[in-house]
Amino acid sequence: MEKQNEVLDNVIIKFAGDSGDGMQLTGTQFTNTAALFGNDLSTFPDFPAEIRAPQGTLAGVSGYQLHFGSVEIFTPGDYCDVLVAMNAAALRANLKHLKKSGIIIANTDGFDAKNLRLAGVADGKNPLEDGSLEGYNVIKMDVTKMTRAALLDSGLGTKEIDRAKNMFVLGFLYWMYNRSMDHTLKFLNEKFASKTDVLNANLNVLKAGYNFGDTREEFTTRFTVSPAKMPAGVYRNMMGNQATALGLVAAAKKSGLQLFYGTYPITPASDILHELSKHKNFGVKTFQAEDEIAAICSSIGASFGGALGVTASSGPGIALKTEAMGLALMFELPLVIVNVQRGGPSTGLPTKTEQSDLLQAVYGRNGEAPIPVLAAASPSDCFYMVYEACRIAIEFMTPVILLTDGYIANGAEPWQFPKASDLAEIKVKFTKEKNSETKYLPYKRDEKLSRPWAIPGTKGLEHRIGGIEKQHETGNISYDPNNHEFMIRMRDAKVEKVADFIPDQKIEVGTSKGKLLVLGWGSTYGAIKSAVIKARNDGYDVSHAHLRYIKPFPKNLGELLYSFEHILIPEMNCGQLIKLIRDKYLIPAEGLNKIQGMPFAAEEIYSKIAEKLK
Amino acid sequence: METTSSEKITSKDLATDQEVRWCPGCGDYSILKQVQTTIPELGIPRENIVFISGIGCSSRFPYYMETYGMHSIHGRATAIASGLKAARPELSIWIVTGDGDGLSIGGNHMIHILRRNFNLNILLFNNEIYGLTKGQYSPTSEEGKVTKSTPMGSVDHPFNPIALCMGADATFVARSMDRDPKHLQSILKRANDHKGSSFVEIYQNCNVFNDGAFEVFTEKSSKKNETLFMEHGKPLIFGDNNEKGIKLDGFMPVIVELNAGVSPNDLWVHDEHDRVKAGILSRFFDNPKHPNHLPRPFGVFYVEDRPCYEDRMADQIQQMTAKKGDGNLDALLSGRETWVIS
Repeated sequence: MEKQNEVLDNVIIKFAGDSGDGMQLTGTQFTNTAALFGNDLSTFPDFPAEIRAPQGTLAGVSGYQLHFGSVEIFTPGDYCDVLVAMNAAALRANLKHLKKSGIIIANTDGFDAKNLRLAGVADGKNPLEDGSLEGYNVIKMDVTKMTRAALLDSGLGTKEIDRAKNMFVLGFLYWMYNRSMDHTLKFLNEKFASKTDVLNANLNVLKAGYNFGDTREEFTTRFTVSPAKMPAGVYRNMMGNQATALGLVAAAKKSGLQLFYGTYPITPASDILHELSKHKNFGVKTFQAEDEIAAICSSIGASFGGALGVTASSGPGIALKTEAMGLALMFELPLVIVNVQRGGPSTGLPTKTEQSDLLQAVYGRNGEAPIPVLAAASPSDCFYMVYEACRIAIEFMTPVILLTDGYIANGAEPWQFPKASDLAEIKVKFTKEKNSETKYLPYKRDEKLSRPWAIPGTKGLEHRIGGIEKQHETGNISYDPNNHEFMIRMRDAKVEKVADFIPDQKIEVGTSKGKLLVLGWGSTYGAIKSAVIKARNDGYDVSHAHLRYIKPFPKNLGELLYSFEHILIPEMNCGQLIKLIRDKYLIPAEGLNKIQGMPFAAEEIYSKIAEKLK
Repeated sequence: METTSSEKITSKDLATDQEVRWCPGCGDYSILKQVQTTIPELGIPRENIVFISGIGCSSRFPYYMETYGMHSIHGRATAIASGLKAARPELSIWIVTGDGDGLSIGGNHMIHILRRNFNLNILLFNNEIYGLTKGQYSPTSEEGKVTKSTPMGSVDHPFNPIALCMGADATFVARSMDRDPKHLQSILKRANDHKGSSFVEIYQNCNVFNDGAFEVFTEKSSKKNETLFMEHGKPLIFGDNNEKGIKLDGFMPVIVELNAGVSPNDLWVHDEHDRVKAGILSRFFDNPKHPNHLPRPFGVFYVEDRPCYEDRMADQIQQMTAKKGDGNLDALLSGRETWVIS
């Protein structure tokens, strides 16, 4: 029978199964295939903190949401078109995120009595059979049985065979969405190059899944999602932590500095270390320290030696680093601190996202301790913002904090990557000569109020720096009251001076004045942009501005804010940017806050806009 | 090894314009003098030397050395030095720390720097008290010590710094004292010559808060009977007239009198490369007030050749560069899979 072909603008698929079911890999493979095909896309991996959470339970469900389309995509999407449920728990946990009349691809083997019980389904009930899924398009397939059938002669044990079942689902979806399997075939060939039997098993099951769709008569429709009309150029797929790592390598290369990355493993920041440790041929030195404190302190030591010292962590680790951040700002040495935020406080929600460390970044140190704070808006924006963090750190001789979060760190999007030659210059000048007639003055300042960087090995410029308050210019210990106030104000003025060397705040969507401005920062970018575009299409007078520089704010921000009647600030916290905005600009901004470890749905922001402007 | 200098410096060249502000009579003065006396003999250009300290009385040290220096935060000098050495392996790095800074708040970094074996020197000034905070007991204070924070006596069992460092697989472990300039100078030289993390415990008298803590080891009247100066390849002999020696009875050290029946040839001959025996020597840690106690050893307990962290780190960079070629930023940015939108 001839299959129908239906063309769609965009599709949202959620892959959900046990945390051992390989859903992250399945999602990533589909994502890369969609990216190579030219779709715009955005992803959201959502997994439990436990490596192997109790099998079959709601707590153990691991999910990967992918939104891809022939149109511009800004978020992983609010509600899915397709839910892949490898077991009953995966269905129960995600059904509320499925559109009415959406497609459910259910692995029937995951709905046996044991799985139903573990998922907490009432005795004797099975959603696949009791009519409770009426209205949805349910595709039932016994993935386990068919995988085993495909590998009957493989010689592999049952456990290894069952591990390949995610490939069946992937193959089926490739068929359903008219996708080439080439990328995944290549991936498997490389991954299992040395294990021929496992390689063949995966290839067979992938193809079996594809053929299952192709040959079975009940599947009458395939879907086509054409390439997106994105600006012409060369693209690649990019995840946030990977972009952060690449941005650091780029900044080191462009500045001519050695990159030293001192860190301690922590979710969700560890992938930056994993990525950087692959690039030793750029002279990158990665140091897995004994704890978070040693991680930042080793980076400070490296910076003193003339390297670009960088450390990264997440909330609890950042808390441990705060004393050393104060030291770095007293030393006035370049240092970049990346906080891949997660749900807090304390251990909080390690694998979930939140924006609740903003005030910690801006204020969370003892004493008057100003540090520039930047924030990345999307996965690929991590590249540009960490590059900016490095530039500011070096040019102003200061620690700089970059905030990202779990959502953009693990999320992916297509990226029209830059040429190395197009990246901004980062000027480094190590001081070689005395800067006064008699001696070297380590704290004599230039027009940026930045001090010179004289590194060990430079003859005649031997000097000492310390965490104790120091005398202006000489850097000698000083307890003089007036000097202390002078130096406090000087360090503050230096950080404020950064505002002269960053871009003006621009309007992302809409106009530079009007009724309502939605002001965001960080990973809420996609959701706000989608919501504002939709609201403007529906006739609302609303615009969107997104802050990437939070301390100091861009110089024109006040003027921009005063040009709107209302300001709405959505944040994944109890309201932190809003405190900074109200404090500095004395405006009655209003917050929209969500603290569920989950990103905003565009719909939630749209509703608020509509309510404000009705 | 550090590059050598043709320009001779003197101890005076190592003094800074800053007034030294330890209490009059503090043992730190002597240590500073021995360091300033020894360094010119090492032939290292002054600009290649970095002194890094944490917090405490000893940690003021870098301000008084006309080299590069950092006075950092409590306990972290070891961590800072690790990063500096990794980034700049050619520098000569000296960490100055104390019993509180290095073994209490910075204890974690201490054991890790030792196992990694960065090529640098760690000088731990042990005065068995917290001086800068005015007299609380430290992690090396003896049990029962009455201090401001322990009016009924401390119930903490103290660290044995040498045994701790042996446990952390340090590759150079030595002990000296502020009041024996010659010995301290020789140990500083040995520490510098060793390629790896050299740990030197220096007994240092705090004459304000813990005066006389090491008196039995430093005073002429008792020194010869209470101390054991170890030298590689030489028998362990001590006593007013070098009349006593140490023998091993199985794993038990015993004190013997040298006389017609026992000659120096019968004694335990010190071998710096013997880890097991160094472990036994590190446990010569009895309270000198108790009868039948062993003398306290000074000198080098243990030396081992083991590759340094910074060298192995550089090796990996070299290996990957040989395999992949110098990093090409454009190739990194484009990655392996791209697509074109026209």
